[in-house]
Amino acid sequence: MLCKRIIPCLDLKDGRVVKGTRFEGLRDAGDPAEQAAFYSAEGADEIVCLDIAASREGRGPVLRAIERIAERVFIPLTAGGGISSAEDVRATLLAGADRVSLNTQAVLNPGLIEATAERFGVQCVVVAIDFRAGAGLGGWRVFTHGGTVPTELSLVDWAQRAVRLGAGELLLTSMDRDGTVDGYDLEATRAVAEAVPVPIIASGGAGTREHIAAVLAEGRADAALAASIFHYRKLRISDLKAYLGERGMPVR
Amino acid sequence: MAPSSPEGATDRRPAPRPLPIVVIDHGRGNLRSVQAALSRVGAAPVVTGESSVLAGASGVILPGVGSFHDAFTTLENLGFVAALRDYAASGRPLLGLCLGMQLLFESAEEGGPCPGLGLLRGRVVQLEGTPRLPHIGWNLVRRRRPGVLLGREADHFFFVHSYGARDVEDACLVGTTEYGPTIPAVVEKGNVMGTQFHPERSGTAGLELFQRFLGVVRRCS
Repeated sequence: MLCKRIIPCLDLKDGRVVKGTRFEGLRDAGDPAEQAAFYSAEGADEIVCLDIAASREGRGPVLRAIERIAERVFIPLTAGGGISSAEDVRATLLAGADRVSLNTQAVLNPGLIEATAERFGVQCVVVAIDFRAGAGLGGWRVFTHGGTVPTELSLVDWAQRAVRLGAGELLLTSMDRDGTVDGYDLEATRAVAEAVPVPIIASGGAGTREHIAAVLAEGRADAALAASIFHYRKLRISDLKAYLGERGMPVR
Repeated sequence: MAPSSPEGATDRRPAPRPLPIVVIDHGRGNLRSVQAALSRVGAAPVVTGESSVLAGASGVILPGVGSFHDAFTTLENLGFVAALRDYAASGRPLLGLCLGMQLLFESAEEGGPCPGLGLLRGRVVQLEGTPRLPHIGWNLVRRRRPGVLLGREADHFFFVHSYGARDVEDACLVGTTEYGPTIPAVVEKGNVMGTQFHPERSGTAGLELFQRFLGVVRRCS
């Protein structure tokens, strides 16, 4: 039986792991390779590494951090941030990532999803979507550029389109919940999970092990991503997995 | 279920000398992780796009992600199709990973029919009846018959794929996993071996699998 995945997320800025609240007020949270090695030893199922300032500052992907992580950690590594061309994708994979996460650039140029899927396979393409709840647009609006720019895209519509174009997985981040430790947006996660055939990674708001169990069960997510609670050691991945296992969820 | 450090796999007896293992570069996928994992278990990976290197190789890994058709065309253009058939016929160990395993079979139906290396009986088709597609994540691989690659009756490995092998000879099917239908996960026919999952991304279990492959290479060379 396929296991539910627990994914610590390393948000990178200037080569360091950082974490804020609702995409603001960043605090330092350590060295990426050190953190990745710690999480791998703790039983993390995958590492997601995002250069959160890349699209805002127009920089390319943070290849060096990816290389350092890939040399030390033998679990899957998804990297994103500022990837805007097939060459960026190739460079990110060569640095040691298994999959790339496309966000802002996928909205600006949906052809990038198609081109990446065609050349590297759909299993290589994660489309990350930052969204916020609000009136209209089916309940949730998509944002780009690290959550600073609102679009006219609805979450579910964009998710379906991204999958049609070649996304092999979706990473959904609730900006309202990000860093709040108030729990995931279960409703939005489930709405997308029911609208697309590909696996879903839920993100934004994890504060307790109960939140994570809820998004994997009621939210119908295949994987739960979290940052703050892991970075500040509020929750150990090994304890979390034991808890999920006791509740009958398949975990590694 | 208790996670253990992938670093733990290096605590075993160190290899007497690094064993050269050829890793075929056909311009696709993440070779660094295969390289790093092989180095970790005491091999000296030689990444190459030169098919002539196979003549002197004692162990070869065929990695790969992406499209079967593209990969096969590239292998053909680089001279690897003939070189791999000769290499396999000589009895030296060959290990295909993910798409690299799929390429060992006779044919694929991804974007029109395409021949494969034909080293194993069977064909590669899109997965059907799975809860979600692609099949992404850690799944339990159960050993169905004795082989060399799997060290335990059941272990978790990392999968990421949309296509799988079908009509595999029963005698070659060493390990399978369940995701809706049963999916061939480990195939072995003498010196020709493959895993549908990514050992290089499967933590300790994956490093141990590479160690067992190195053991086969040492015994053969």
